[in-house]
Amino acid sequence: MYGEFDLTIPETLQEAVKVLAAAGKRAVPLAGGTNVLVDVRSQRLAPHRIVDLGRIGGLRGISVEGGRVTLGPRTTISELLASDEIARTAPALGDAARVFAGQMVRNAATVAGNIACGSPAADLVPPLLALDAEVTLTGARGSRTVALCDYYTGYKADQRAPDELITAISWPVPVKGTFGSFYKLARRKGDAITVVGVAVGLGRKEGCCAGVRIALGSVAPCPIRARKAEGVLEGEAPTAERIAEAARIAAEECSPIDDVRATGEYRRKMVEVLVARLVNSAVQAGK
Amino acid sequence: MGTEKTITLRINGCDETAEVPPHRTLLEALRGLGHVDVKCGCEKGDCGACAVLVDGEAVDSCLTLARSAEGREITTLQGLGTPEAPHPLQQSFAELGAAQCGYCTPGMIIASESLLRKNPAPSDDELRIALSGNLCRCTGYVKIFEAVQAAAAVMRQTGETI
Repeated sequence: MYGEFDLTIPETLQEAVKVLAAAGKRAVPLAGGTNVLVDVRSQRLAPHRIVDLGRIGGLRGISVEGGRVTLGPRTTISELLASDEIARTAPALGDAARVFAGQMVRNAATVAGNIACGSPAADLVPPLLALDAEVTLTGARGSRTVALCDYYTGYKADQRAPDELITAISWPVPVKGTFGSFYKLARRKGDAITVVGVAVGLGRKEGCCAGVRIALGSVAPCPIRARKAEGVLEGEAPTAERIAEAARIAAEECSPIDDVRATGEYRRKMVEVLVARLVNSAVQAGK
Repeated sequence: MGTEKTITLRINGCDETAEVPPHRTLLEALRGLGHVDVKCGCEKGDCGACAVLVDGEAVDSCLTLARSAEGREITTLQGLGTPEAPHPLQQSFAELGAAQCGYCTPGMIIASESLLRKNPAPSDDELRIALSGNLCRCTGYVKIFEAVQAAAAVMRQTGETI
């Protein structure tokens, strides 16, 4: 049995924002329910009001327009998996969708929900960071767009105000010849929480690395970009020594903790192994 | 706060009404209406025993609020077939010994149906990954995978969909 709360199921975004603004911090927006209802049940969350966004039209779908890919916030993980556009323009995001929880959760869980849950292990976030994604927030005073790399302010803390909803996620279509991938290290192949997640994006320009993006999940209070490691490779030839150096520096940039899934030491070592492996694969794919 | 409301749920093609408070899950509402083929397991989306189809997609009914499901098409295991005319998955689970205690079976069949609708010829790996959200503590899974593949073959031949 869940705790006591009121439930609003608005028909429009304006109505949802209005209800959230009036209810303040104790109101919680509900999308797929795969995090929120679990948290309510375990009493990690005790909302006065839940605002179910399921009847608001126009919040789902994937579009490519003007050189940008835009996701509706309620696009499900299963919809990402079924999308040719995602396979073509954001293969790393497809990799993450494929290893995301189990089938029933993928059918319900949404892209915005995965971002908003704030988990350091949120599987869609490293690929979206590596794509330079932006998040549009809409509240009572209008809309604003923030870079996903600035969105989180700490462990389960973000820039979203209580009356704001994530209303779009978008990124520029990567330039031709950019290779992207995501690898999830977990204790089982399916339905497991990530021990280390690594997303890499890498292009080539005259034999050198260009547009290098390395993003890490489950190894810091929130998913992060490994910017120093990116800098080691950017504009340089991808020699074995340089890739090894970038991987070593990526491991230094993270701050993993010990928990039930792995020790921090193991996670740090795996960041080094996986960054080297994914960068190597991207370099091989670009030859 | 939390007042009850009368809602109408469309379950296996029939409308049924129930008085539900805001926090009532679809799982609780379905079982309360006598649909005990929907099983209650972990109630946190880990075991898949409570799987139902909502507008054709398999979801955990423990992670869906009953009021949110109003106006949606809900299908439970019993909506897939009858003892006289079972669904190919129900037939093959029975024939190939894929059900032992039977507790996970409704969820397994719903999840398998959802997979086969999207992917009529899954590889063994695809099948394992699709069913990773459904836990079984007695069969060891092998007979379940065999039963789903056997049903998939039958469905491909007959072009069967629900």
